[in-house]
Amino acid sequence: MHSFRFEPAELPPETAAMRAEVREFLNDNLADYPSAMRARSWAGYDAEFSEKMGQAGFLGLTYPKEYGGHGRTAFERYVMLEEMLAAGAPVSAHWIADRQSGPLILNFGTEELKQRIVPAIARGEAFFCIGMSEPDSGSDLASIRTRATRTEGGWLINGTKVWTSGAHLVHYMIALVRTDPEAERKHDGMSQILIDLRNTDGISIRPIKNLAGEEHFNECVFEDAFVPDANLVGVEGEGWSQVMAELAFERSGPERYMSSYQLIFEMLNEVSKDTTAAGATAVGRLVAHLATLRSMSISVAAKLQAGEDPALDGSVVKELGTLFEQSIPVIAHQTLEREPSPDQGDDFGQALAYTTQAAPSFSLRGGTREIIRGIIARGLGLR
Amino acid sequence: MSGDSELRTILGDQVNRLLADRVGKNDLESAEAGAPQDKLWASIEENGLPSVLVPEDRGGVGGGWDEAEVVIRAAGKYYAPVPLVESVLAGWLLSAAGLDMPLSMISIAPVRADEALTIQRDGDGYRVTGTATRVPWGRVVEHIAAFGHCDGEAYVALVPRAAWSVEQEDRNIASEPRDSLRFDGAALAAGALSGAVDPDHLFAFGALARASQIAGALESVLEQTVQYANDRTQFGKPIGKFQAVQQELARMAGEVAAAGAAVEAGSRAADRARQSQGGDAGFELAVAKIRASEAASIVAGITHQAHGAMGFTYEHTLHFATRRLWSWRAEFGSETYWAEGLGRSLAAKGALALWPGLVDRG
Ligand SMILES: Cc1cc2nc3c(=O)[nH]c(=O)nc-3n(C[C@H](O)[C@H](O)[C@H](O)COP(=O)(O)OP(=O)(O)OC[C@H]3O[C@@H](n4cnc5c(N)ncnc54)[C@H](O)[C@@H]3O)c2cc1C
Repeated sequence: MHSFRFEPAELPPETAAMRAEVREFLNDNLADYPSAMRARSWAGYDAEFSEKMGQAGFLGLTYPKEYGGHGRTAFERYVMLEEMLAAGAPVSAHWIADRQSGPLILNFGTEELKQRIVPAIARGEAFFCIGMSEPDSGSDLASIRTRATRTEGGWLINGTKVWTSGAHLVHYMIALVRTDPEAERKHDGMSQILIDLRNTDGISIRPIKNLAGEEHFNECVFEDAFVPDANLVGVEGEGWSQVMAELAFERSGPERYMSSYQLIFEMLNEVSKDTTAAGATAVGRLVAHLATLRSMSISVAAKLQAGEDPALDGSVVKELGTLFEQSIPVIAHQTLEREPSPDQGDDFGQALAYTTQAAPSFSLRGGTREIIRGIIARGLGLR
Repeated sequence: MSGDSELRTILGDQVNRLLADRVGKNDLESAEAGAPQDKLWASIEENGLPSVLVPEDRGGVGGGWDEAEVVIRAAGKYYAPVPLVESVLAGWLLSAAGLDMPLSMISIAPVRADEALTIQRDGDGYRVTGTATRVPWGRVVEHIAAFGHCDGEAYVALVPRAAWSVEQEDRNIASEPRDSLRFDGAALAAGALSGAVDPDHLFAFGALARASQIAGALESVLEQTVQYANDRTQFGKPIGKFQAVQQELARMAGEVAAAGAAVEAGSRAADRARQSQGGDAGFELAVAKIRASEAASIVAGITHQAHGAMGFTYEHTLHFATRRLWSWRAEFGSETYWAEGLGRSLAAKGALALWPGLVDRG
């Protein structure tokens, strides 16, 4: 059985400078950003802000310098992320590129691909989306059907990806596609391919309104879309194991418990004005959870820094983080006698309206609660 | 990784080995029936475990809270039916007041937030008066480290058994003694609490100790439950192969991990506060008790569900863990008690102070 101990780790002193830098940057660039926008957290999209972050040297922090990165530690990156999230900064444009596409290409890509793409990610000029899910393949990701067939100098992509966050806005998709339909096991015969969404024919991208009426995720249809050979990411046929490594990055960060921070902030603001026992208890309890998740997340950062595999620990943080985040709007609703009000509400009412509607997605994206618990159960030796 | 101290590792091995070896079902049952556990205590004492927080120059182990935490957690994990945890706390209090720790079972009083004892000068010595309820192991121990005020100053007195009477024997739902004691007698010694210990936080350190015991018992529950899920067969396969059971056990593992992380963070913060003189670990101690008490309820529920009727018997050992979880989550303040206090202090500082405050703590 896996040890479920999260060994305490302290942020090393050099992170203090990083924190100060990020705060100064936020002060210069985000001081007047309204609370209702901050509540969107890492779903807020602002390409200009991302570019500024790139110029300030906050993207590709842990990437090697030779690829435009900054060679900083996992702890420094952790601190940069948590400061951005605590401020509710609009980081979604570069989020996926910085978090997982860059590391994926660095781990598995050819030298040419690394040189071509990674520096642009670190500059905040190349934004990515994740092309995994399909209409008939959600949790059962290995059942995907989008095909890449060999053609002169490259591949022709046919099929449909869905729920693709940001596809209508970003430059690239890394798609999981079937390159060998004859493979015996369904986990074999898949590959990852980089698709230039803005300069490729045969791709139609249609935003799908989410329940709050916002356009965030998309359906992406590929009809004989040509992708050159050089855009194969990693090894043909190794797509599955690469995707699993990529998902470990996706699951290990502080966004899994920090994305509703603004609502805690607004709640505390209300409780400060009128401190009832119920209000104080609710806020105290939420902050206790937040502090504990933060300790656990720093422990995960320490594992990353030490080159250990954080996949299982990341899943534990995601399990606890999504339970926590989904409890926040419920507790806010039950504690303060206020109606959520998306347009005309005050800061609390708007944050409550936004987070209430966003909450169901927390335990779906990046692997559902049931899938994450299955991973933990494997760590317990039950499967 | 920051790594564990050598002392912590050694103590951890020692205490886990000793208790795994010495505390079995029969011992727990006989302890519940009121039989003294002198042999177990003797080997605990031989290993110096009660004095983990007593400085070396006072004959103790000289550990910090991080080292005490492994001892206390193991006491929770093996349900040690002796006042080990209370003795550790007593050793810490006595040392902080410049007093030596006697070799015996010791408890502490008062243990309720709303109770106080009075310590008065009496000739050359001190006299302790007042009533303390639900004193852990009150009828069993030979000494009590009593906390009280003497001429407006925070004092600790080492009180011998002759100075109190048991007004009423009581117990928690795990049948651990929780007795009402009436104090009216001379202390063996007393001393003012040094500045390193803030009297307001005594209750909070009791809470940290119970939280660590909870974390230990939770570890044991997780191990037992996984084992049971692998062993118990229904519908032709181990119940652990059913996804519904797996999902609940995964939820349990998350809670166990969170409680463990919270108490380790609490212990480290307590050590940082101690080293920085005047530092304050009140935040982390509250967090530890909130998180561990909450996990206790969730995990106890899940483990009983997974164990079926067998786990509801006295014959099965599961109740040794769950009855303690239900007791300890309430002792030294429930999660609600601590959450309200934490929330009030956060509210007083205002929302803008929340994030910087959180981050400044480490
Ligand atoms: C806001 C949002 C953004 C997203 N962004 C992206 C993106 O950018 N790129 C991308 O590729 N995908 C994205 N997704 C898709 C996401 O990865 C999927 O929603 C997820 O993998 C689940 O797939 P599904 O929605 O098809 O649900 P299903 O797999 O159909 O699951 C439905 C329910 O059945 C349960 N279930 C399914 N199989 C099992 C099983 N074996 N055991 C137990 N329970 C099971 C699930 O846990 C769930 O509760 C996004 C989703 C959301 C909500």
